[in-house]
Amino acid sequence: MSKEVLQGTLDLMVLRTLAAMGPQHGLGLAKRILQVSEGLLDLNQGTLYPALLRLEQRRWIKSRWGISDNNRKAKFYELTVRGRRQIREETESWELTVALMAKFLSKSVGGR
Amino acid sequence: MTWFRVLDLFRRRRLEADLDSQLAHHVDGLEAEARAQGLSPDEARAAARRAMGGLTQTREAYRDHLTIPLIDTLWQDVRYALRCMRHNLTFTVVVVLTLAVGIGANTAVFSVINSVLLKPLPYPRSEELIALRHVTPGAGGSGSSGALNLSPSMFLTYSEQNRTFQSLGVWTTTIGSIGPTQPETARWALVSDGVLQALAVPPAAGRWLSAADQLGATRPPPSIFKAVTNVMLGYGLWQRRFGGDPSVVGRTIIFDAARPQLVVGVMPRNFRIGDTEVDVIGPAGFDRDRLTLGGSSAATFNYQAVGRLKPGVTIEQAAADIERLIPIWMQSWSDGPGTTPRMYETWKIAPALRPLKDDVVGTVSDMLWVVMATIGLVMLIACANVANLLLVRAEVRQRELSVRAALGAGRGRIVRSLLVESVLLGVIGGAIGTGLADGGLRVLVTLGPTNLPRLNEISLDARTFAFTATLSVLSSVLFGLIPALKYTGPRISAALASLGRTTSVSRDRLRTRSVLIVVQVAIALVLLVSAGLMIRTFDAIRTVQPGFTDPEHVLVMRMFFASGAVADPQRLTRVQNDMQDKLSAIPGVTSAAFGSAMPMEGFGSNLGVMNSGVVRADDRPDQTSDTLRMFKYASPGFFKTAGTRVIAGREITWTEVYGLRPVVVISEGLARELWGTPSAAIGKHLRQGSGTTGHEVIGVVQDVRENGLNQPAPATVYWPTMSGYLGLGTLARPNTIRGLTFVVRSTRAGTEGFLSQLRQAVWSVDASQPVSPRTMREVYDRSLARTSFTLVMLAIAASMALLLGVVGIYGVIAYAVSQRRRELGIRAALGAQRRELTGMFVRHSLRLSGIGVVIGVVAAAGLTRLMSTLLYGITPLDPVTYVAVPLVLMMATVMASYVPARRAAAVDPVEALRVE
Repeated sequence: MSKEVLQGTLDLMVLRTLAAMGPQHGLGLAKRILQVSEGLLDLNQGTLYPALLRLEQRRWIKSRWGISDNNRKAKFYELTVRGRRQIREETESWELTVALMAKFLSKSVGGR
Repeated sequence: MTWFRVLDLFRRRRLEADLDSQLAHHVDGLEAEARAQGLSPDEARAAARRAMGGLTQTREAYRDHLTIPLIDTLWQDVRYALRCMRHNLTFTVVVVLTLAVGIGANTAVFSVINSVLLKPLPYPRSEELIALRHVTPGAGGSGSSGALNLSPSMFLTYSEQNRTFQSLGVWTTTIGSIGPTQPETARWALVSDGVLQALAVPPAAGRWLSAADQLGATRPPPSIFKAVTNVMLGYGLWQRRFGGDPSVVGRTIIFDAARPQLVVGVMPRNFRIGDTEVDVIGPAGFDRDRLTLGGSSAATFNYQAVGRLKPGVTIEQAAADIERLIPIWMQSWSDGPGTTPRMYETWKIAPALRPLKDDVVGTVSDMLWVVMATIGLVMLIACANVANLLLVRAEVRQRELSVRAALGAGRGRIVRSLLVESVLLGVIGGAIGTGLADGGLRVLVTLGPTNLPRLNEISLDARTFAFTATLSVLSSVLFGLIPALKYTGPRISAALASLGRTTSVSRDRLRTRSVLIVVQVAIALVLLVSAGLMIRTFDAIRTVQPGFTDPEHVLVMRMFFASGAVADPQRLTRVQNDMQDKLSAIPGVTSAAFGSAMPMEGFGSNLGVMNSGVVRADDRPDQTSDTLRMFKYASPGFFKTAGTRVIAGREITWTEVYGLRPVVVISEGLARELWGTPSAAIGKHLRQGSGTTGHEVIGVVQDVRENGLNQPAPATVYWPTMSGYLGLGTLARPNTIRGLTFVVRSTRAGTEGFLSQLRQAVWSVDASQPVSPRTMREVYDRSLARTSFTLVMLAIAASMALLLGVVGIYGVIAYAVSQRRRELGIRAALGAQRRELTGMFVRHSLRLSGIGVVIGVVAAAGLTRLMSTLLYGITPLDPVTYVAVPLVLMMATVMASYVPARRAAAVDPVEALRVE
């Protein structure tokens, strides 16, 4: 996947995961995302962190230090109000794109 | 979004530490899971690492979000540039100093131009202020400024009947003495109603003079004043004589023995009327009943006018308004029964209005812009020099730049980093230059021409700093771009592969440097030609016959005899005569005399007597010329003391003065105009107008440059100092000059002992007179001040240009020699003589200079036209200058290139061929 597309989809994945799971740290997020993608996503887990920084710079998520379940200090991320709004917008936009492309990818138009 | 990234810049370190701990936590967690699934510790670790992906890439991607790339790289460039500069300290110092001098000089001159020419005058809404005078195309004119000021009757008509001014007033200045104890020379301003209102500067204490202050008890004739009772003080006098005591307002002072002055207010610091700082402001007090067209009996068109336009009114509208009032003025007043305003109609008086600022600043703008242009050219030369230096340095850094290019730096990136270095040099140079400018300005204000207007307002202000900053950055980009573009071209790879071997690349660089040299030489030639022209001008002016001799030995002292002290004119003349005798009696004094003013003293108006007027030759009634002539007043012995040659006839005698004989002495130019030759003029008669007494011409003296050495000598009539026929004078009650200059010729002029003897002599007759003598030399030099200042500035600029040019040529030739070492070695090995090798390079430099000279001459021919108003006695295309300067430049070129060229000859062939 190209870098920009990957960035955009990863952002949305992270946001939706946080919406579903509530506040999470990086490890937990990675586990969950891999789970949901059912093996279709080949993710370098380290790339989550630049993504999380970017999301935080855009004020869609916020972070705080906390204690993880195995009693270690970890940074927890959670959605902000703006983040929720962003999920809605981006989900709509994705669904539109999917619907549009579906028309072109259907077997009756070009291709096989 | 970018805002937050800016903030993150500062938290960067903490965030990177956060990342590390988060990554550690994540990897540990993955490892623990893998172990829980049964892998060995090593396998678990490996699996965890695989799942994470490359940590370096992650860290980098993370860091990317913590920087704004532009600021990051710029900061890198700056740090790198500073490091480079520290390593090449000599180079940096030379460049920074060159820039500091160039930028500093430009800043200083710009600040002068800003303060004098660009800033508005220090009055509220000064763009509404107008200076009003007239031109008289029909009168010819030898008045002191070629324009006609106002008479009191004109002022009254204009101020009462205009539609375009909110306030209008006239004023004049005179030197008076204030005493009675510690007599001091003071500058008085006599203002009509409307002047202070127009200028609108609130007083520092008390109030302005009002309309009521202009009226008062009538004084006995022949004075034109009404009783001068209410006055204002100037700030300087207030501080000096009254210690800034506010209670002086309302106090009665006695400046003039019989006429006490009541101080009603004080003007604030630095207040000036026009460009004149005044000590006392008194009312002009015109007596309506005694005014005529040509002035109230004795004073003519003496008054300068200033007015404030109504809001929204333009100068053209005001000029049209005044034009409408001129015929009304001619109808409303008369010069006496039996006269008509015909003379004034012939003059074709027309209004000449201009903004007050133009009036104050006057002719100095030409000079200032010329100086600015020359300093700007010097800056260009300095930039060319610095560019040359940077080119050499970039040559040295060739390898480093090529490596950077090979590692992937784009050309833009490299150019930017080189530019950052240049801008840094420029900014540091600019900062130092500002300091130099500040010091230079202080020197300028102390030593500069004291008649530079608004000298007291010169300072470094915000606009000047903006100019300096812009200049620093622009010139940095200019001199930085040349080497930057040259050294980052696509040929870098070739250079990297075979450093020093390819000659094609270095030939190209030599060409660039040569072009820079040609430019420098051309500019230097223009500057040298300008300086040369100024030198010739100065020379020409100094050979002008001023009309007096030996100015170092002639002392002048200004005095004023108030009518309160000695009212009777006959007695006053005796007092003046007495003083003349006492002064002549001092040992070492060749002669002493007095007159209305010495030439070039700058006392244009002289109250109580006419300063200019019309005369007609009795025997040529058909030659009715209405040209204004200069009127002066001379005591017996005046011409002898001043050193003005008597060409025909003789001087007046005291018998004739006391006898009130109608005699005059005229200037050579006037004699020739009226009667053809000076000797023919003797015995003829002239008179002021029909109905006045004819005066016999008893002497003709040489022309005197009254208005300055570069102005033609005006046609002058010298009247006796006491006369029964001038103005209001009658035989029963003649008119005597009251403001006058005493002239003393002595070889002892200037010594301390002489000064105390002068004081004794003067005070034995009248203890209230100030004794502050100047030599005519000072007066003479002062009149040349503007020209000599321009000359000095141009000479400095031209020398700097020459020096920089010489340094530049030296550098280029040395560079060429170093580039061609192998070739020189081969030639020497093949038997070339030392002389030949030296000659090669000297010829090369002469070629370069020659091209530069040709370009420069063409440029100079075009540009020097702009300074023609500053020149005297020569044209802007003066052949002597245009031949001498190129010769000088070529000689300098030879000298500059000789030393490095000799080194070429000294190349050891073995050494040169060995170096690869």
